[in-house]
Amino acid sequence: MNSARLSFDLVVVGAGPGGLAAASVAAERGGSVALLDNSPWLGGQIWRGEQARSAVPLARQWIERFLASGARAVMQASVFASPDRGVLLAETPAARLTVRFKKLILATGARELFLPFPGWTLPGVVGPGGLQAMVKAGWPVAGRRVVVAGSGPLLVAVADGLRRYGARIPLIAEQAPQLRLARFAAGLWRYPDKLAQAVAMKARLLGIPYRAGVWLRRAEGGERVERVVLTDGRRSWTVECDLLACGWNLVPNTELPRLLGCALASGFVRVDEFQRSSVEGVFCVGELTGIAGADAALVQGQIAGLAAVGETEAAREWFAERSRWHRFGAALTRAFALRPELRQLAKRETVVCRCEDVSREAVERCRDAREAKLHTRCGMGPCQGRICGAATQFLFGWESDSIRPPVFPVRMESLLTASEHPKPVSNLSDPTS
Amino acid sequence: MPERIELSVNGRALSVPWGTTVAAAVALAGETRFRRSVHGDARGPLCGMGICFECRVTINGEPHARSCLILCADGMEVRTDE
Ligand SMILES: Cc1cc2nc3c(=O)[nH]c(=O)nc-3n(C[C@H](O)[C@H](O)[C@H](O)COP(=O)(O)OP(=O)(O)OC[C@H]3O[C@@H](n4cnc5c(N)ncnc54)[C@H](O)[C@@H]3O)c2cc1C
Ligand code: FES
Repeated sequence: MNSARLSFDLVVVGAGPGGLAAASVAAERGGSVALLDNSPWLGGQIWRGEQARSAVPLARQWIERFLASGARAVMQASVFASPDRGVLLAETPAARLTVRFKKLILATGARELFLPFPGWTLPGVVGPGGLQAMVKAGWPVAGRRVVVAGSGPLLVAVADGLRRYGARIPLIAEQAPQLRLARFAAGLWRYPDKLAQAVAMKARLLGIPYRAGVWLRRAEGGERVERVVLTDGRRSWTVECDLLACGWNLVPNTELPRLLGCALASGFVRVDEFQRSSVEGVFCVGELTGIAGADAALVQGQIAGLAAVGETEAAREWFAERSRWHRFGAALTRAFALRPELRQLAKRETVVCRCEDVSREAVERCRDAREAKLHTRCGMGPCQGRICGAATQFLFGWESDSIRPPVFPVRMESLLTASEHPKPVSNLSDPTS
Repeated sequence: MPERIELSVNGRALSVPWGTTVAAAVALAGETRFRRSVHGDARGPLCGMGICFECRVTINGEPHARSCLILCADGMEVRTDE
């Protein structure tokens, strides 16, 4: 395998709205800037694949601005370790990279929260955002029946998108009660652009049943999902489907900041007014610091990008705008808080750790994530606890176990590069075995 | 860049537009099972973004490739039945 050494004044990890904004504003002011992302596309979760089509004006604007900024994009590069201060290791399909930086901005975003329930391991049970991303990359949904369930504004956005690709949506099931959603909607006048989006979306969705206060009990099928059983707490009913898109809000991808030693507060990276983390020279932006949407990520990215190149006064001008989006994020979190009944969905025999096929019963006998790992292998598989860790946090209130490199399973050769450095990486087991 | 990509999924020839991921190609080929779990259960993509490792397939003989992150390339041989 090839290896390469690169060096930049500023390195940004994550090419979503937060990372694009940070890299663009910093590169526009001179200095060498690199933007690394593990996907083949700029734009992160919300705009992935948009550069080719440029259907979304804001996406086009930021991707064009980034391309003109002089920053360098390094795509399909998974950052998996930081063996020394100022050094990251990344792996691309063709090479391993050693990337040196003076300043670092992390914008690794969030992932969907998946909760275990009977049947959630059947093929065809997919995250809503994940399905959306796969559909943009060619996954066929035309004529298929897709039940969308779980929680969060993403459900509606995804159902709308899927329908434009020809999917049929028998139902959107939102677990949050109607009353809380109504209160949230009533507060939306403070965010005119969001309101406009919501209204346009609702209009297009006319005809798709949207039920609040409804959640999944189980999915059924042979080698793939064929139907789902839903409940409103009083009665249960069955809906036939070809795919089930379900996810319960988002959880931040804090593995990399935790590896670097950034302090967390309530599960998110703690940052100061300039988006600086507790680690000198390391900034964090976007969903890593709180779930507040793409607009918040764009503003935070600009603040961090400017602050990283010493333009603190220019950064300050964005503070008021950021406060506005933080209030929006807080309202969102209140509206879509998860109901306690969801903790009871998984039965004793339901698989909690999908990589190692560990049941709830086995996991529940342990005191914490560490013990579960040692006794049941829960969290020891290739996803390294990304799926089951978030689930056991919700189910049992367990804190995630300490983080060790590599934060992504990598090829053996890449790990050997990692161990050439003075501080050897522990946990050299082959994660793919 | 070619407009269309020719590849095979479990030995079956397939032509997909440029920009299609391997995960999407497997679905286009009509497969729902991407791999089997340690207890032998059928599994397919969950997260669609490189996190869950449920979409692993064998590409050109190399196992454990996350098909949701990899774009189809000409001549690729994808297997889900190994
Ligand atoms: C699956 C999904 C779908 C979504 N769809 C929508 C939508 O349709 N509409 C909407 O309004 N909001 C959507 N959201 C929410 C939206 O992502 C956020 O509001 C916003 O994009 C956050 O931006 P960000 O810059 O913080 O991170 P993101 O946009 O999440 O970008 C983070 C990027 O970092 C990369 N990355 C992470 N770790 C590493 C690593 N170790 N090495 C290299 N790269 C790494 C990721 O691949 C990703 O490209 C979605 C979220 C998810 C998780
Ligand atoms: S679907 Fe989760 S890693 Fe590919």
